[in-house]
Amino acid sequence: MDIEETALPGIGLRHEFNTRGGRRVGVVSRHKGRRDLVIYDAGDPDSVAESLTLNAEESDALSELLGAPHIVEKLADLSKVFAGLVGEQIRISPDSPYAGGLLGDTQARTRTGASIVAVVRDHEVLASPRPDFRFEPDDVVVVVGTPDNTAAVAELFRTG
Amino acid sequence: MDHTASIFIELGGVLFCLGVIGHVASRVGISPIPFYLVAGLAFGKGGLLPLVASEEFIKTGAEIGVVLLLLTLGLEYTADELVHGLRKQAPAGAIDLLLNAAPGVAAAFLLGWGGTAAVVMGGITAISSSGIIAKVLGDLGRLGNRETPVVLSVLVIEDLAMAVYLPIVTALLAHQTIARGSITLAIALGALAVVLFVALRHSPKVTRLVFNPNAERNDEIILLRALGLALLVAGVAQRLQVSAAVGAFLVGIALSGPVAEGAREVLTPLRDLFAAVFFVFFGLHTDPAEIPPVLAVASALAVTGVATKVATGWWAARRAGVATLGRFRAGAALVARGEFSIVIAGLAVSAGVSPRLGPLAASYVLLMAVLGPLAARFVEPVTRAGLRRMNRKPATAASGGPLPGI
Repeated sequence: MDIEETALPGIGLRHEFNTRGGRRVGVVSRHKGRRDLVIYDAGDPDSVAESLTLNAEESDALSELLGAPHIVEKLADLSKVFAGLVGEQIRISPDSPYAGGLLGDTQARTRTGASIVAVVRDHEVLASPRPDFRFEPDDVVVVVGTPDNTAAVAELFRTG
Repeated sequence: MDHTASIFIELGGVLFCLGVIGHVASRVGISPIPFYLVAGLAFGKGGLLPLVASEEFIKTGAEIGVVLLLLTLGLEYTADELVHGLRKQAPAGAIDLLLNAAPGVAAAFLLGWGGTAAVVMGGITAISSSGIIAKVLGDLGRLGNRETPVVLSVLVIEDLAMAVYLPIVTALLAHQTIARGSITLAIALGALAVVLFVALRHSPKVTRLVFNPNAERNDEIILLRALGLALLVAGVAQRLQVSAAVGAFLVGIALSGPVAEGAREVLTPLRDLFAAVFFVFFGLHTDPAEIPPVLAVASALAVTGVATKVATGWWAARRAGVATLGRFRAGAALVARGEFSIVIAGLAVSAGVSPRLGPLAASYVLLMAVLGPLAARFVEPVTRAGLRRMNRKPATAASGGPLPGI
């Protein structure tokens, strides 16, 4: 995918690309974290059909919504970067002893050596969960460790 | 004590009125600049309410306003953007300046005002208002459009040209002829080159003078040091007859990174205050009774000013491969004139060039600051209608280009 970058002197930067469906989308990054999400006219590539101004908080929220699956994919790719380490995604089934339980109670790191680095819930990534984090059924736990260690975490969530 | 009281009452009244007027302007969606000018006309010389006690303060405030206008303009750009813009759109910039200075120069000669006034009038008609234009493009949701980088690059070149132009005008106004002013001018342009070099090459050092970019941000220190540095450089520049405004502009360019962003944030409210004072001051010194006699000339200049800017934008956008509708949008976007035309006119008025130059500049900017945003808004439907009509008559013209809605 080609992302085209254009400087807008005095305003900021613009990035745009074509979607596979043939539409053109862009983001204008302005000062103070303001962003404009722009969608180009289907018939006239020169003009913007729809422009949406987002403040810093809103654009963060939007990027999190759009980016969550990618972050998980990237975590899974960690194994390629650090030899010997793997990133594993473990879904908590409703009958898991820890569904509704606290992260601290699993003592996962002490017992297995692997780290829980994030939890994905409803397409939202909750990074670095603390010991008082409470799991819900169908949460996806992202674990990083050696293959043996992460397998042990999966076992732990299944049987306790 | 009595004097202080009258200063407060006059100033407070003026500022409060400006606030009310500014509110109306933002409601209507028009730049407040023409409104501030009208307010100045209403208050001062020959107006309804003469300001006496606060005149000295308003005069100094207006000078600070010019420094802040140029400082914040410089803060908008990084040195890289300037160099890049110059490289990419230099031909468009040259066309822009030639086409748009010509009407002003011609008007000055036709009115028999002489060479110095011609140089000033050329500047007044040539330079667009980057403040109004950036606001209008944002408001209309056109930042994503293909023609927008072209429009912005033309503005960058205009602003750079202003950095060379203002010292020339300052020297001319001080000496009346290029020949006598040439030594001053040489010093001025030499100083400009040195400062520009420092700004481009040693930007981090200049930035450090204001604030350490790695330390935790402290708005108070940034405000005091950035404003202090700008006023110092502006003062020295003025001493060397380079023009205070250019000194401030170069300080703005030299500052970079998070410090520049911080400075822009803390200085913007201050700029709004003093720039408003500056527009009022210009209005104050223009007698409303002198406006009607120059109105015909101003209107003629406005009509040609719209046409030459549209032609510039059309040509520049075509060069960038933009289709017909976008070319006209680029042209219309460039129409607005505002703060910088008044800055140039202000220099000439205080040097006492032609008594009718002030009123002419005021009415020209009044017209163009209102016409500009309107042109930008209505260019699309008008162009669309024009294109449709052209396509209906000769069937062959329909294959002209990527028209909207196809």
